Amino acid sequence: MTEPTPVQVDKPVVSQVSDVTTPGMAVGIDGTYEAGLELKARSQWSYARNRFLRHRLAMSGLIVLVIVFGAGIFANLVAPYSFEEIDLTNVLAGPTTAAHHFFGTDEIGRDFFSRVIFGIRTSMEVGVFVAFVSSIIGVIVGAVAGYYGGWIDNILMRITDLVLTLPALAILLTAAALLGQGSQWRVSVILALFFWTGLARIVRGVFLSLREKEYVEAAKAAGSGDIRIMFRHILPNTLGPIVVNGTLSVGAAIIVEAALSFLGFGIKPPTPSLGSLIASGQQFPQKWWITVFPGLTLLIIVVAINFVGDGLRDALDPQQRRVRA
Amino acid sequence: MLTYITRRILYSIPVLIISTFLSFTFVSLAGNPTDNLRANPQFSVITYNNLQHKYHLDRAIPVRYWFWVKDVFEHKLGSSLVTSQPIWPDISRTFGHTAQVIVLAEILALILGVAVGIFSAIRQYSPFDYFFTSASFLGYAMPTFWLALLLQILFVDIYLKWHVRIFYTAGLNNPGQGTWSFDRLQHIGLPVITLTIISFALYSRYMRASMLDVINTDYVRTARAKGLPENKVIMRHVFRNALIPIVTIAALNFGGLLGGAIVTESVFGLDGMGYYFIQKLGQLDIYAVMAYLVVTSTIIIFFNLIADILYGYLDPRIRYD
Amino acid sequence: MPEPVLSIRNLIVEFRTEDGVVHAVDDISYDVFPGETLGIVGESGSGKSVSTMSILGLIPQPPGRIANGTAMFKGKDLLKMKKRELRRVRGDEVAMVFQDPMTSLNPVLKVGYQLGEAIKTHYPKEPNEKVKERVIELLRLVGVPNPESRYDNYPHEFSGGMRQRAMIAMSIANSPSLLIADEPTTALDVTIQAQVLEVLKRVQAETHAATILITHDLGIVAEMCERVIVMYGGKIVEHGDVHTIFQNPRHPYTIGLMDSLPKLTEDEEWLRPIPGQPPSLINRPPGCAFHPRCFLSQGRLQCREEVPPLRPIDGGKDHASACHFAEELIGRHSKFAEPVPAGGAS
Repeated sequence: MTEPTPVQVDKPVVSQVSDVTTPGMAVGIDGTYEAGLELKARSQWSYARNRFLRHRLAMSGLIVLVIVFGAGIFANLVAPYSFEEIDLTNVLAGPTTAAHHFFGTDEIGRDFFSRVIFGIRTSMEVGVFVAFVSSIIGVIVGAVAGYYGGWIDNILMRITDLVLTLPALAILLTAAALLGQGSQWRVSVILALFFWTGLARIVRGVFLSLREKEYVEAAKAAGSGDIRIMFRHILPNTLGPIVVNGTLSVGAAIIVEAALSFLGFGIKPPTPSLGSLIASGQQFPQKWWITVFPGLTLLIIVVAINFVGDGLRDALDPQQRRVRA
Repeated sequence: MLTYITRRILYSIPVLIISTFLSFTFVSLAGNPTDNLRANPQFSVITYNNLQHKYHLDRAIPVRYWFWVKDVFEHKLGSSLVTSQPIWPDISRTFGHTAQVIVLAEILALILGVAVGIFSAIRQYSPFDYFFTSASFLGYAMPTFWLALLLQILFVDIYLKWHVRIFYTAGLNNPGQGTWSFDRLQHIGLPVITLTIISFALYSRYMRASMLDVINTDYVRTARAKGLPENKVIMRHVFRNALIPIVTIAALNFGGLLGGAIVTESVFGLDGMGYYFIQKLGQLDIYAVMAYLVVTSTIIIFFNLIADILYGYLDPRIRYD
Repeated sequence: MPEPVLSIRNLIVEFRTEDGVVHAVDDISYDVFPGETLGIVGESGSGKSVSTMSILGLIPQPPGRIANGTAMFKGKDLLKMKKRELRRVRGDEVAMVFQDPMTSLNPVLKVGYQLGEAIKTHYPKEPNEKVKERVIELLRLVGVPNPESRYDNYPHEFSGGMRQRAMIAMSIANSPSLLIADEPTTALDVTIQAQVLEVLKRVQAETHAATILITHDLGIVAEMCERVIVMYGGKIVEHGDVHTIFQNPRHPYTIGLMDSLPKLTEDEEWLRPIPGQPPSLINRPPGCAFHPRCFLSQGRLQCREEVPPLRPIDGGKDHASACHFAEELIGRHSKFAEPVPAGGAS
């Protein structure tokens, strides 16, 4: 009969288990040995990563995004033509494989496929910029409000509430019309200045609930400064919602920018934008490709982003399954 | 309950004031309405200065706000700087048209969204559930203007191919038809459908999630343990509790609906507030733009108030705040 | 011996999860006799709650599954009943009180209404005034002050202890023959615990209902129960009457549980927890579920390979233990065998 292998435990554990234990028994220091289940210690992150990889929708979304955004980043290489190249002999042609006009041409003969690709790049830049900047603003505002509480929290939350009562699209349109001047970067900044409120609320909630926890008290007692506590102790708990919210913001920002450009107040030509491409299609309802392709591209991008965002949410914040014993 | 309502109303008033002040300040800072005129060589400097004085543009912003507020009440939102026409008649006319589209869309979206949300939750993982969950994913990501365009193209195509007018794709009425006619319905059908689809995606998704949350609570388990039949469990305990967050969502969505109105009115050429706003914005007609922002803010704050009150009615815990 | 009110035989309940099949309840059998209080003791994960919830049909059937077993109640098998019939038993002849009073009541409905609902569901013809009277009477029985005005309160206006009393009132509204209390005091303060236990005792005296009291707290068992079942890893490892179990436990797990309790009338230097972790219900260790933590096993082959059957052993009437070497524990008294002097813990 083989002897059970004891488990070595560092910390001293209480002595004999009961008066029936006989000396000389090969029992581990804490009186047990592992049997049956192998316990693999996994870090939180690897567990989350596994959950994400198992999420089929999120993975397919991710693949789609890599392809589409890849095309955007390497637009110069991928697009068969430049954004402005005019070919007056081939005006308003339907989609064909001839001369690589996969998406057809527009009213002055520019290759539509290329225009869409460059439009993707713009959308991508706007989306990522807005998500990034608005996240930073949102985290700072939310952290300060949630951590310090009191009147600071009151004021900041009132401001956030006020922003919520404004008609969103109208305000953005007004800002873009008066200040945007059709520039991609100005429009991005305007969007970022509006998008932070959602994340601020979430982050504030987490900070508010966590600042009462014992480990924060302990850190304070040890003399840690506020900033340090906020960054090292509380902030890591908000990374989940931040990542999810940031991802979904990219999609939302892309749609809003497209709407602004469609209405003529956002990004103006010659800078490419999927929104203005769609707008140009209004004059030619019969040439359906001018309306459909940029819109379809938008839809695919945003759906993919939403899938990825959902997958991230599942991975970083799984629902507890309730199995009571 | 009454104190709760009064408190919410009193709270809304300063919100309204600050909100309109913010809009005013923002617009005033961002664009001087007389900028265009300055560039125009036909205007003399004296005329320009007179104009500045007349419209109080040479004073501080809070002062200007005060004048503007007085103007709103005395002269009903003042006159446009560009056209010198009074603003109020335009706003009130267009408001009615926009309201018709938005209210119809919201009601449809709520009814359909709540119903589908309930069934999706009860029959979780069924084909019904999968279909509508995917559909709402799509609807959620769909740009409103693109959906509107697609519908427009589709119905223009139908007309051209089969010469049947199901829905009109532009304008509010054919000449001679009224606000409550079938003809009007045919004209606003597509904008309403567009907005309904977008909002429906939101409501069905949230209703489903809310239902699932409530179905798994302890008090629903208690209800079952009491021996209640499942349909009563759903109706009495699950449904009402699940509806509560939807009230908030519907209210918050109103801002989105107004934005959607801007888009659909532009695409379908409807004489609504959104279209009016776009026109005036293009002309940099500051006072008209401001009027629009103030009116819409008021509407949003008003509906938030309604939602708060409804919430207090549905959830007794809130009343004793 | 009188006929048992409830007779469970060979009950097996499983759950299908994405990590595997969880064997929550693994072939258990027990009886409950009229008027008695049966205690079911075990850690979280031992299957104590699942066994009772499953016979009432309160386990969602996917992912759960009652793989086998019978539960005879008044001559009918609860597990084979149609849903409609089972629903009529639930809340009327068999009632359940749950653990967390803070979340067990619907927050948007008045308390009086919810209690009344328990009555009206089974007796819809009763006039509303009579139902309201009965509810007020019930609230008074469980010690809720001012029951007439409390009838119109919402749950958030009740304290935790009061809510649990209301839950108990709700459960006995239709004078059930069997009352199942699943950790009724776990979520409450110790002083409130005592009050709620008093209420339970009073309620039993009034209704003469048989009671199954599920808990992990041996103190409650000692106070309230006549017979005890000890569960571990989804199985019954020991059962017997309360005196026998406390004075002459015959299973290493039970002994471990007793040992881990501090005794107020003696000096003890160290607390003695049971070392190790409760078993995973998906990947069971072969043989006896307790053997990795067992002091008696000493790594013996039989413990590691054979699942010990539940067999009768000396001690008291109806005393049984599921241990291969239970005989080795004979003659051993637990520290609770000595009578507690006056003034000790009651």
